[in-house]
Amino acid sequence: MTRFAVFRRVVFAAALTPAAALVYWTFTGDFTANPIDFITDTTGTTALTLLVFTLTVTPLRRVTGRNELIRLRRMLGLFAFFYACLHMLTWVVLDWFFDVASMAADVVDRPFITLGMTTFLLLVPLALTSTAGMIRRLGRRWQQLHRLVYVAGVTAVIHSWWVVKADFRQPRLWALALCVLFGFRAWWALQSRSGSTRTRPAFQNS
Amino acid sequence: MLIRKAPDVRYSEVTPKSFYVRRREFIAAAAAAAVGAAAAFSPAGTGRARAQGARAKLPNVRKGPFGTDEKLNSFADISGYNNYYEFGADKDDPARNAHRLVTRPWTIRVDGLVKSPASYDIDSFIKPHPLEERIYRLRCVEAWSMVIPWVGFPLADVIKRLDPLPSARFVEFTTLNDAKQMPGVRVPVLDWPYVEGLRIDEAMHPLAILAVGLYGEVLPNQNGSPIRLVVPWKYGFKSIKSIVRIRFTDQQPRTAWNVANAREYGFYSNVNPTVDHPRWSQATERRLGEFFRRKTLMFNGYGDQVASLYSGMDLRKYY
Repeated sequence: MTRFAVFRRVVFAAALTPAAALVYWTFTGDFTANPIDFITDTTGTTALTLLVFTLTVTPLRRVTGRNELIRLRRMLGLFAFFYACLHMLTWVVLDWFFDVASMAADVVDRPFITLGMTTFLLLVPLALTSTAGMIRRLGRRWQQLHRLVYVAGVTAVIHSWWVVKADFRQPRLWALALCVLFGFRAWWALQSRSGSTRTRPAFQNS
Repeated sequence: MLIRKAPDVRYSEVTPKSFYVRRREFIAAAAAAAVGAAAAFSPAGTGRARAQGARAKLPNVRKGPFGTDEKLNSFADISGYNNYYEFGADKDDPARNAHRLVTRPWTIRVDGLVKSPASYDIDSFIKPHPLEERIYRLRCVEAWSMVIPWVGFPLADVIKRLDPLPSARFVEFTTLNDAKQMPGVRVPVLDWPYVEGLRIDEAMHPLAILAVGLYGEVLPNQNGSPIRLVVPWKYGFKSIKSIVRIRFTDQQPRTAWNVANAREYGFYSNVNPTVDHPRWSQATERRLGEFFRRKTLMFNGYGDQVASLYSGMDLRKYY
């Protein structure tokens, strides 16, 4: 096994840890006094973290010149989607227990829930088209479709911002991370437009 | 300003400071050691263990009025899951950090529109009042709730004793603001110190109490020791903790959450299922320990007692 293959497995195990911890705590029964809130918080924070990590792969690859990093991108993206599904399921099953009317009212009336739902719906087509077959079939349109991940990043960060009552340190950090990552991309886009004939290698394979 | 202290403890009986300071360290160390490993993997474990550090029974507590036969929340839940931003913004931060709070000696300053402004030692402040147990529902503005057996005494009795001037229309409370004991106040999450207030007629209502205990024991630090307000028909944040100052005034106090975000947190903040928080519904709540949400009751179920305080008021405007 190459060193990168080992690294990839370590990342895989790390991404699985929050889910494993939740299962473990389910059996130990020690879930704080408000388990549903705790599960919602854990799955949501993990999904957001992994989404930001996914967006970090391409800039990191260009800065370090390590092209093999691209092989982490799909895995991280799918893990982000996995935790977003858990987050969503927690809301549907544990928080509202399939009370469709209340959930629908929440999506319409509560901007932070509207944005959460938007983020989830944006991630669904990305997850569905993440297979090698789909990438081949969609060709150039795959690129265009997957730019939706930038929108999802923004809606996810605003969603996390609007949940908070007063301590905005964490959402501020996420917003800053997004700005930095988008800043890299904007800078490279500007550079390639102003004369450079080199095509962007970051988007050539996946 | 004079200090009124009941001279019922002779100086020879006072434990030397070096003893109790070391005792506190000892308790902290013992608690940490006893629990350390077991708590390592549990999200609430550390807080719960610390919460059970030094628990002292309160003597002569009689049963008070306004009880409920609803199931009580456990001591571990009440003391391990709450908001007390001076000790951190997460629910288990207060239990984790509040052992740093020193609750004796403790002085309460009483000033503003009052006959004789003064500073009171905490024990002589409490002493004239017989302790009673009050089992109240607590509804947090975040839409969770608990049932809590407080120990305390009516705020009305305290106000009568303090004798405010007729011009006093509001009473304002202030929490301790000490970065040495309270790591949370180093972060400007709120405009410290925490301030809360009531209209005088609200404060004189027999449901409003000052609490000094929980489950028949001395109030845990994280729940607002040595003395806190409990107004059960209002959202939990109105029930200010660890009070160091009581001020009578003719102006509506500038309360901490109202200053932080007036659109979301009004001065009154009565529990009201028909007026939503701008970002979430207040129609239902999760009683901790229950799976299904339950309907939130007007004035947290104390409407029969308190609704008359607000007759003629538009509660959508005065939220």
